[in-house]
Amino acid sequence: MLQVAIQKRLGDFELDVSFDAPAGVTAIFGRSGSGKTSLVNAVAGLLNPDAGRIVLGDQVLFDAGSGTRRAPQQRRIGYVFQDARLFPHMSVERNLRYGGDHDAERVIEVLGLGDLLARRPAGLSGGEKQRVALGRALMSDPQILLLDEPLAALDAPRKAEILPYIERLRDTVQVPMLYVSHDVSEVARLATTLVILDAGSVVASGPVGEVLSRPAAVPLLGVRDAGAVIVTKVAGRLLDDGLTELVFSGGRIMLPGILGTLGQTVRLRIPAQDVILSRTAPKGISALNVLPVTITVLEQGRGPGVAVGLKAGDDALLARVTRRSASRMELAVGQQVFAIIKATAVGPEDVG
Amino acid sequence: MMDTLGPAEWAAIWLSLRVAVVATICALPVAIAIAYLLARKDFPGRQLLNGLVHLPLVMPPVVTGYLLLVIFGRQGAVGAFLYDVFGITLAFRWTGAALAAAVMAFPLMVRAIRLAIEAVDPGLEDAAATLGASRMRIFATLTLPLIAPGLLAGAVLGFAKALGEFGATITFVAAIPGQTQTIPSAIYGLLQVPGEEPAVLGLVTVSIILAMGALLLSEWLGRVMARRVGR
Repeated sequence: MLQVAIQKRLGDFELDVSFDAPAGVTAIFGRSGSGKTSLVNAVAGLLNPDAGRIVLGDQVLFDAGSGTRRAPQQRRIGYVFQDARLFPHMSVERNLRYGGDHDAERVIEVLGLGDLLARRPAGLSGGEKQRVALGRALMSDPQILLLDEPLAALDAPRKAEILPYIERLRDTVQVPMLYVSHDVSEVARLATTLVILDAGSVVASGPVGEVLSRPAAVPLLGVRDAGAVIVTKVAGRLLDDGLTELVFSGGRIMLPGILGTLGQTVRLRIPAQDVILSRTAPKGISALNVLPVTITVLEQGRGPGVAVGLKAGDDALLARVTRRSASRMELAVGQQVFAIIKATAVGPEDVG
Repeated sequence: MMDTLGPAEWAAIWLSLRVAVVATICALPVAIAIAYLLARKDFPGRQLLNGLVHLPLVMPPVVTGYLLLVIFGRQGAVGAFLYDVFGITLAFRWTGAALAAAVMAFPLMVRAIRLAIEAVDPGLEDAAATLGASRMRIFATLTLPLIAPGLLAGAVLGFAKALGEFGATITFVAAIPGQTQTIPSAIYGLLQVPGEEPAVLGLVTVSIILAMGALLLSEWLGRVMARRVGR
């Protein structure tokens, strides 16, 4: 558990954040310039806050009140920088062992670094560099892993190459992670907790599914990227149609393709703009997934859209409709409606 | 050609080499420390230090030599202390020539090393710190190897400057044959006497050979180091 409550003035910019990061992956989400990197640097000890406290487990890393200020060396933090920062004059192996060789064999195996050990950083691809940086951080036996947009400098195929490694780390290595990102699909896929930063302040934080399905989060995430994340289980497979049937508290959803084995949990992101609302049970439409839902919140944005919070079973969904539709349909809180989810709308990179 | 060089000329050559080597080796650690301070630290008086370091580069060498005489001479503030406590005399000794050469070479060395340090991404040092490396270890394993080519360039530049130093040296330690007469002052001395052109030519040739040799050696070492550093 990491507890952060700090203030730092950087020129005209004021960082004033307070949040708790429980075990698992805590995503720090925000636009560029929202203070994400400064926040992570403060946790790492590379930036000294003006005031506040940073506590990791039972250790005080920083406390302005008592003057505690642990050096980065004494924080046992694994930091994976956006630009990898491998030491150019050392082989991959020497880079990896620079901070120690904790669990070396397994780290090298999990990250697939065996073939790279003798090479120099200059000869590595961007994706390989990030894998080495990740391994180097892990081998220093950190109490927490800080990942500052580790995939931002990579193109889509390289991202797809690294994401499974990070997922595997999350599921196999029991080290909590602080994961900085401005990519909602990455956050939806990896995070257990989400902290949204805007202009140096925390504007939303909590379990990722809950935060992402808040209508108030729509303007923070951007209209295109807003959408709920739900956890489903694979309930069956329709082989003839090539579909997978997923169940969650609000009903069942069918998705094309084969997604995991029977009983496996699958995280599903449903973008708000891909959810259509209907007051009556729709008939004769091509969409496969129609869920009965209850409207919980209606949030008017600045633009022509209205964000609609929905309850499906115990899970929350999010839809975005135009203001015109909302008034014509006379949508109101507490109303029972039907949510039509186009199954194909859930892209494969959002399923994990 | 070499038979034109008499014992006095050979003495000047060996003295010059000794003075330049000692000056470079003694000045290098100090130059690294000052260059690191100027490149990486922000402290009050930073500009003053920077100016002080560069002073010998812009002042007339004779002025530098005179100041050395005032400070390090037997009656000078530092010179008297050195003599009373350690029995060390610098003025009019080869050690004084080395000091003069070091002071004159110092700004060039600091400049080259500072550029090299500024080219090292401080982010790498931050990364090493998060991996638990102490400041000393970071300097020894990261900063130093990464600036090695720049360090070498600074050392060669300093060596060449020390080898050719004339004004400050002759003012501070004069040109006593066999003691403080380096190649430049020997050449200058020979030029005052008619008929010594062959000896002058010999010393000039040796100067050129030494300078070229240092340059080629540094080029070669620089390439080897750059390869090791992975640039």
